[in-house]
Amino acid sequence: MSAAGADRPLAGKRILVAKPGLDGHDIGAKIVALALRDAGAEVLYTGLRKSPAAIARAAVDEDVDAVGLSVLSGSHKELVGETLESLRALGAGELPVFVGGTIPAEDHGELRGWGVRGVFTSSMRLEDVVAAVAKALA
Amino acid sequence: MKTSDAKSAEPATPMRTPSGIEVPVVATRDMLKRPDVEPPGEYPFTRGIFPDGYRGRLWTMRQYSGFGSAEESNRRYRFLLEQGQTGLSVALDLPTQCGFDPVDPMARPEVGKVGVSLSHLAEMETLFDGIDLGAISTSFTINGTAAIIYAMYVACADRRGVPRAALTGTIQNDILKEYVARGTWIFPVRPSMRLVADTVLFAQDATPRFNAISIAGAHVRDAGSTAVEEIAYTLADGLAYVDELIRRGGDVARFAQRLSFFFYVHMDFFEEVAKFRAARRLWARIMRERYGVTDPRAQLFRFGVVCGGSSLTAAQPYNNVVRVAIEAMAAVAGGAQSIFTCAFDEAFQIPTEFAAELALRTQQIIAHESGIARTVDPLGGSYYVEHLTDRMEEEILAVMDEIDRYGGAVRAIEDGWLQSRLAHRALERKRKIDTGDTVVVGQNRFQRADEAEAVGEAFRLDPDASRRIAAQYEAVRARRDAGAVARALDRLEAAAGRDGENLVPHLIDCCHAYATVGEMVGRLRVRWGDFREPVGL
Repeated sequence: MSAAGADRPLAGKRILVAKPGLDGHDIGAKIVALALRDAGAEVLYTGLRKSPAAIARAAVDEDVDAVGLSVLSGSHKELVGETLESLRALGAGELPVFVGGTIPAEDHGELRGWGVRGVFTSSMRLEDVVAAVAKALA
Repeated sequence: MKTSDAKSAEPATPMRTPSGIEVPVVATRDMLKRPDVEPPGEYPFTRGIFPDGYRGRLWTMRQYSGFGSAEESNRRYRFLLEQGQTGLSVALDLPTQCGFDPVDPMARPEVGKVGVSLSHLAEMETLFDGIDLGAISTSFTINGTAAIIYAMYVACADRRGVPRAALTGTIQNDILKEYVARGTWIFPVRPSMRLVADTVLFAQDATPRFNAISIAGAHVRDAGSTAVEEIAYTLADGLAYVDELIRRGGDVARFAQRLSFFFYVHMDFFEEVAKFRAARRLWARIMRERYGVTDPRAQLFRFGVVCGGSSLTAAQPYNNVVRVAIEAMAAVAGGAQSIFTCAFDEAFQIPTEFAAELALRTQQIIAHESGIARTVDPLGGSYYVEHLTDRMEEEILAVMDEIDRYGGAVRAIEDGWLQSRLAHRALERKRKIDTGDTVVVGQNRFQRADEAEAVGEAFRLDPDASRRIAAQYEAVRARRDAGAVARALDRLEAAAGRDGENLVPHLIDCCHAYATVGEMVGRLRVRWGDFREPVGL
């Protein structure tokens, strides 16, 4: 595997991109997954409609370095909270978790307070998303 | 200064529409392939499906709305009808769309969130309380469970004594694009196609004024496709439905009269107008040349649109009012039959009543003040618009040919080929916005450092709605005749195992017995299993 460099800041990292709950809007998750892959990461995408417990289990089984959760249905608090809880129950409470989607600004602080390492919305530039993930995983 | 002949005026780097079509500095008569386009109301209907355009009838102003419990949505509907809205458009919550009952652990966080919960007939009865089903046209954005929601609407009419034949409206019922962009699929592609065909074939006899399918490109467009791909994917899906209906014994000259379409309008004004003109012509040609349909009523490309979506921004949200107005003007110049204008706050929340009203007023101003609707196809004959229409048609056909060569839409979707193509296109669109190649005012150009995020009042969902929905669900289950429910569900499951039997009458029986959406889906799942999503990128 090539070394991390300016073009591939995520080389050597395994990242799980997941869609918790029933939300079917997957294009944001896929765009970010492709951008992370372009940045050198090995990306696993869960597909739609996964329970928080199943996502946490996959993250542990696949031994990933980070988890990205995409929620556009307004249910981010419930779904992110349950995923974090499931990760802790599996002894993976320290695994960096990022959240993307339609997340109102007023909720960003609360999610970060729970331990979420970054909150990304659709207006953010992809290189800023990649940089934030790379920084957290450095 | 050079001489002013057309050649030297061409810039070094050609300008292109968002679909990649080269735009001339000035369009001229010699660019036209057909200097005299046929009149509106005549094959191939480039200029419109009616000879008199909007003079006979304005477009339907249909604002998508619904949230929380049936009681809350019913109040919003009555408000919109009092304000002069001419049709209802029902947004459903994700559990209803994906076939989960509100008490299911997968459903609980989503109950009543992005739309109203309709998990059994009692909720449908409440939703339309005080609204005459025989007098109103109702559109349901429903796909994975479309056959069930249609059955529930029919059952509701039965209970009220409204004749089925009097029902007008639309169910989206376009499952193919759910696999590509919107994600509310449940079953594998082929049994899902059966449910679509069942609904269309049942509806053409029982509810002849009701559109049992609206083939939608809107969602692939909003996810990131170009305007060309939006039309190409949608017409390719349309061909798949037509083929399935013919296979099931449907008469194309008849069922094609009830097919309708649904698209997004984004910001590139002339490309959007040309898109609709090209699609109208292409569909008529396909119906005649590929299926031998000669009845003009079965060649008509009728479509609704939504203006806004991902063209709206959370930054400087009042700019969205202007965007939606421009997009709605393109829809009118393109000859849409129904228009939904997004509210300016829709990029980040369920619209407030103020924003929803302003969105409706935008259409009313275009309809009654701007004068655009007075004459049919007012841009017809413009060198640029006719040229762009021709070019869009060529490009759409080229993408449709690619899908055909792959093996058709069903195959391309089962394999995940269309999904992957769309994801890569969406990445390209996002990168263009990131680099500033595509300008989005207020977001990547002309931003304000001091901009406050929120505007006006914020819409707040009733936090108690989900609990009340679950309580009503339990109450309905407790008081219904459990034996009758079980018998109706047994008959449904048995019929699902018999090829070629129409399932809609069984679904209506289940609804009358107050069987729930989750129960009906569960029985069908026993026979058909779940769709296995291709997750490769």
